[in-house]
Amino acid sequence: MSDSTLFEKVWADHVVVDETPDTPAVLYIDLHIIHEVTTPQAFAVLRESGLAVRRPDLTLPTMDHSTPTTPVSNFRDLAVVGESAANQIRQMEQNCREFGLDLIGFGNEFRGIVHVIGPELGATQPGKTIVCGDSHSSTHGAFGALAFGIGTTEVAHVLATQCLLQRKPKTLAVNIDGKMPVGVSAKDLILSVIGSIGVDGGTGHVIEYRGDAITALDMESRMTICNMTIEAGARAGMIAPDDTTFEYLSGRPRSPQGADWDAAVTRWKKLRSDDRARFDRSVTLAADALQPMVTFGTNPGMVIGINDPVPQGGDDPSFRKALAYMQVESGKPMTELQVDVVFVGSCTNGRLSDIEEVARILQGHKVADGVRMLVVPGSQQVKNQAEEKGLDRIIVAAGAEWRETGCSMCIGMNGDTVPQGKLSVSTSNRNFEGRQGIGARTVLASPATAAASAIRGRIADPRTIT
Amino acid sequence: MKSVRHMKSRTVVLPTNDIDTDQIIPARFLTTTSREGLGECAFYDLRYNTDGSENPDFPLNKSEARGCGILVAGNNFGCGSSREHAPWALLDYGFQAIVSTEIADIFRNNALKNGLLPIIVDKAIHRWLLDNPGVPVEIDVASASLTVPDGRIVEFPIDAFAKYCLVEGIDQLGFLRQQLDQIEKFEETRAWKP
Repeated sequence: MSDSTLFEKVWADHVVVDETPDTPAVLYIDLHIIHEVTTPQAFAVLRESGLAVRRPDLTLPTMDHSTPTTPVSNFRDLAVVGESAANQIRQMEQNCREFGLDLIGFGNEFRGIVHVIGPELGATQPGKTIVCGDSHSSTHGAFGALAFGIGTTEVAHVLATQCLLQRKPKTLAVNIDGKMPVGVSAKDLILSVIGSIGVDGGTGHVIEYRGDAITALDMESRMTICNMTIEAGARAGMIAPDDTTFEYLSGRPRSPQGADWDAAVTRWKKLRSDDRARFDRSVTLAADALQPMVTFGTNPGMVIGINDPVPQGGDDPSFRKALAYMQVESGKPMTELQVDVVFVGSCTNGRLSDIEEVARILQGHKVADGVRMLVVPGSQQVKNQAEEKGLDRIIVAAGAEWRETGCSMCIGMNGDTVPQGKLSVSTSNRNFEGRQGIGARTVLASPATAAASAIRGRIADPRTIT
Repeated sequence: MKSVRHMKSRTVVLPTNDIDTDQIIPARFLTTTSREGLGECAFYDLRYNTDGSENPDFPLNKSEARGCGILVAGNNFGCGSSREHAPWALLDYGFQAIVSTEIADIFRNNALKNGLLPIIVDKAIHRWLLDNPGVPVEIDVASASLTVPDGRIVEFPIDAFAKYCLVEGIDQLGFLRQQLDQIEKFEETRAWKP
C-alpha cells in the first residue's frame, strides 16, 4: 500500500464486506453522533422492528438544533420555543433512556453542537469513520477521520448494525500552497475554494486538503475548512493528522491514555497520502492571494473578495434571481450594504478561537446603532473557557448578546431568526434563501469580518478596524 | 419499501439551479418527529407568500402542474443539508421522480432509500425537458430508461443495488442485518478498537 491516499487507507481499514458491481461495501462506523432533529424517525424504525442500538458505546447523543440559546442561570428555566420543538427534545431524552444511550443533555458541561463536542471530547480521532445525521459531519475530517453526513434511514442502519452500505467515492486533492496573508482566516480560504470549484465541484468525491497553508493551520481552523466541504458538494473533507492534531487530542476525556495513546499516535502517523498516491482530480490555489471573502448570492459559491464588485453574471436566471433576493447589484461592492443582524457561532465558526477573534476586534468599540449582534458559543466548554478569559464581558460591553450554546441562527429552528428582508452577516455555513428566517438575506463571512461589520453597521473589511 | 418499477406522468419544471434542501423544506418544519404529512411543507416559502396566500407565479401552483409526478429541476438539485425530510416531503406532495443534470450526493441517497427516483440526464435532454413543461414522460426502472413524447428513449445511470432494491421493494436494513455475522467477526478481529 505505498500508493494510497489518506481516504483510501481509512476506507480500506473499515470495509467489512467488499463492494461488488451488484452490491455496495459494508462499511464499519466507529463513531455515530446523534441529535434530536434527524433521529426520532430512526428510533421509530428500531422500535417497529424490535431492534436494539447495537453499540451504545460508539453512539454519542446530544441536543443542539432546536434548543434555545436564551441566556439562563439555570437550565430548568430554559423555555423551548414551540410545542413541536419541546416535543422533539422530550422524545430525544425518552429515546436515549429507552435505548440505553448516555445523552449529553441540558446542564451537562459537554453539551454543544455535534461537530464541536466530538473533537472537544477527544471522541473524534484520526483514522475513525464518523457519521451523523447532519451534513456538516465533514468537520471531523480535520483530524484525518473519514466523516460524512447521512440521512435518517441511514441513522437507523448505523444504530441497528453499526454499519452503512456505501459505494467508494472518488478523490479530489485541493492543494493550498503558500502563506495566508495577515487578516485572512480559514473561513476566507474555504469560501475561496468553494467559489473556485463551485457548489457542485466536489460531488461524488472525498476532498483531501493539502499543502503548506493547510499544515500551518491550527485544529480549529482545519475544522472550519473541512466543515464547509459539503458546501462544495463533497460529503467528506480530510486533512492528514500531524503533531498539531496529536497535541490537540492529548489529554482529552475520550482520547486514548497511557500506552494506548502511544500506540494510537504510532498508528495515526501512518495516516497520510503516500507520495505516489493518485487522486481522481486535483486543484491548486495560492494562499498568498487570499483576501477576506463575503458571499453576495444565495449559495456559498457566490462569493467575492470583500472589496470586489458583485459580478455581472450574464443573463443566467438563477444568478439574477439570487441577486434580486439579496437586493444587491452587479458592479457594486458589498461594503456599501447596511447590516441589520450579525451572527457569530455555528459548527463552522463557534469555537474559542473564533470568539477570541471577535472579542479582539470588538474591544474598545460599540456595535453600531440598529444592529443586533448575537454571539453563540459552539459548546458549553467554549462558553466556559470564553468566560474564564473574560471574553463575554468584552462582547456584552460592546452591546452584543452573549448566549447559551446551540446551532441557533445558523438554521433558525430554535426561535433565533433574522427578520424578513433584513441583512445578516453570519459566520455560519449557508446563505440559502430563508435559511436564517423567512426572507432573511444572509452574507457569509469570517468572525473578523462579522465583528468589523457589527461595529461599522455596514459590511466592513476587518483589516480597516484598529 | 414499496417496489418502484414503472411510472408515467407529466412533468413540472423548476428551472432554477442549485435548489437546496432548505428550499425543498424549510428548517422550521424539521421539529416534527414523524415522516408523514410533510407534503404540505414542500417548497413552502416558494409556494406561499408571507401572508399565507398562494404565490401564483410559482410553477407548482399553476393549474396545469396539479397532479404532475415528475419534477424537472435545474442543475445540482438537493444540495445542502442531509435532511431526509426533503424526499419525504416531495414524495408526500406527489412526486415520484426528480430529473436534473446533477443531483447532490446525500439527497440522492436519501431519495433512493425512499423510492423517489433521482434521474440524471445529459444537457440536451435536460434543455428539451426544461423547454417543454407538462409533457408526459415514461420511466422504466428495470431498464433505467426514460421515454419522452417524441419517442426518444434515454438511459440514465443508477446503482445496480439501488435499482434492485427499488424494483424488488427490498428493505436495505434487512439486507444489512444479514451481514451481522461478518460485522461481529470484523469487530473481533480488527487491529484496533474505537
